[in-house]
Amino acid sequence: MEKQLKVSAIKDGTVVDHIPPDQLFRVIDILGLINSMSQITFGTNLDSKRLGKKGIIKISNKFFEIDDINRIALIAPHAKINIIHDFEVVEKHVLSTPNRIKGIVKCMNPMCITNHQEVETLFTTIVESPQIKLLCHYCEKVTDKENLKIISNRH
Amino acid sequence: MLKHLISIHDYSREDILKTLEMAAAFEKRPNQPIFSKKVVASVFFEPSTRTRLSFETAANRLGARVVGFSETTNTSLTKGESLKDTIKMVSNYADLIVMRHPLDGSTRYASEVSSVPVINAGDGSNQHPTQTLLDLYSIIKTQGDLNNLKINVVGDLKYGRTVHSLLQAMSHFKPTFKFISPEELRLPQEYREFLSERGIRFSESKLLTDNINNADIIYMTRVQKERFSDPIEYERIKDVYTLNSSMLKECKPNMKILHPLPRVNEIAQDVDSSPHAYYFAQAQNGVFTRMAIIASLLGRENL
Repeated sequence: MEKQLKVSAIKDGTVVDHIPPDQLFRVIDILGLINSMSQITFGTNLDSKRLGKKGIIKISNKFFEIDDINRIALIAPHAKINIIHDFEVVEKHVLSTPNRIKGIVKCMNPMCITNHQEVETLFTTIVESPQIKLLCHYCEKVTDKENLKIISNRH
Repeated sequence: MLKHLISIHDYSREDILKTLEMAAAFEKRPNQPIFSKKVVASVFFEPSTRTRLSFETAANRLGARVVGFSETTNTSLTKGESLKDTIKMVSNYADLIVMRHPLDGSTRYASEVSSVPVINAGDGSNQHPTQTLLDLYSIIKTQGDLNNLKINVVGDLKYGRTVHSLLQAMSHFKPTFKFISPEELRLPQEYREFLSERGIRFSESKLLTDNINNADIIYMTRVQKERFSDPIEYERIKDVYTLNSSMLKECKPNMKILHPLPRVNEIAQDVDSSPHAYYFAQAQNGVFTRMAIIASLLGRENL
C-alpha cells in the first residue's frame, strides 16, 4: 500500500517533527508563526512509532536561525528539525537547550521583579532539557520543569 | 573595577579582600571627605531604618551629600510610575544609588537601566550583599584571618538570606560549618549541594550547643514566627534556640557571636556583657564596610 502523508510535503522550507501533541500550539507560539506570512500546514495526534502520538509543522520558504529554533527545546526536547530543498531533506537538526533563555519562560517566583514590571525574563540553563532547571538572572531563583510556564509570543 | 554591587556572586575572593582592606583603612580614619562633590541617592522602596542610617552615615563621612526617600508614600510611585522611570530619573541626579526594594531581582534590573553605580541594600528575600561584607569584615577583624575557621550557623537556615550569602562568600576561605536549626528551617538542599561541590566541610544538628566549644564564630539568626505553619511548633522551638551566657563557659577565647540584628529572644540579654558578644560592634563595622563599597564604586582603588 502506498504511504500517504497526513500533512502534505513542502517544496522548500522547514519541517518540525516529533512534537508532543499537547505542545504543538505552544511550539507555533514560540516560533512566532502566528504572524507569519509563510504557508503553514500542521497536524497533531498523528500516529508515531516513537511518541505514540505526535504533532508536526511544515513551514514553506522559512528557515530559522539555530538559536531561534532551539528555544522550543524547552517544551519539545525530542523534536526533529528538517530543512527541505526541492522536496528533499538537505539538513537535519537535533535540538539543544540554549545556555541563555531570553523571554519565553515566566519566572516561577511570584516576588520576582519580572512578574511585576515590564521586564523581559532572562535565565541561565543550569540543567538541560528534558529535566530543565533555569536560574533567573534577576531574582536568582530556580524555575524547574514542573513549574515551567511559557510566555505567549507577542511579536 | 566593578560597576555595581547587586549580589555577593558579583564579588570574587580578591574583590572581597580588597573591600575589607579598605574598610579597615576607613575604620582608622573614619572622616575622609573625599567625595564632597558627589551626591548619593538613597532610595528605599520599603523602610529599613538600620540599613538606611548605616549607608547615609557612610556617605556623610565620605563628604557626599545624600538625597532620597525612606518609603514610597509621598513619591511618584504611588502615581504608578515604573521602577525603570524612577531609576532613570534618579540616575540623572545622583552619582551613585543605594537601593532597597521589596521585590526579588529589582536591584539587578535597576542596575541595567541606571547610568550610575547601584548598590543593593536588600532586594526582597534575595540578596543583601553589604550585610555579608560587613559580616566578613567582623570575622576578619576579630579572628585576624578568614581562612580555615569553624563557624556555627544557628536559627532560620531555610529562609535567612544573610545565611545563604554568608556561606557563599565564606566558600572562598575553606571554612568548616556547623548548621544548627529545627528540622522545619533546615538549610535547603541547593546550598548543601553548593558546599559539597566546593569541597567545604559541614555537618548539621538540632542542638544549639553542639560543637559550641570548638567554634570560632557563632552566627545567630532570628527564628521568625511567620515561618511556621503551626504556631505551637514555634512556641516549642523559640526557647530551644536561645543562647545564654551559661552555654559559653568553655568556649574558645577568640570566639565571637554575630547576629545581623534585630534580635528578639535568640540571644539572652545576659550574653551582651560577655567578651564573646560582638553583634553591636558588628553593626558599627557596617558603616566602614559601606564606606569602602561606596568609595570603590565611585572609582577609588586605594586610600
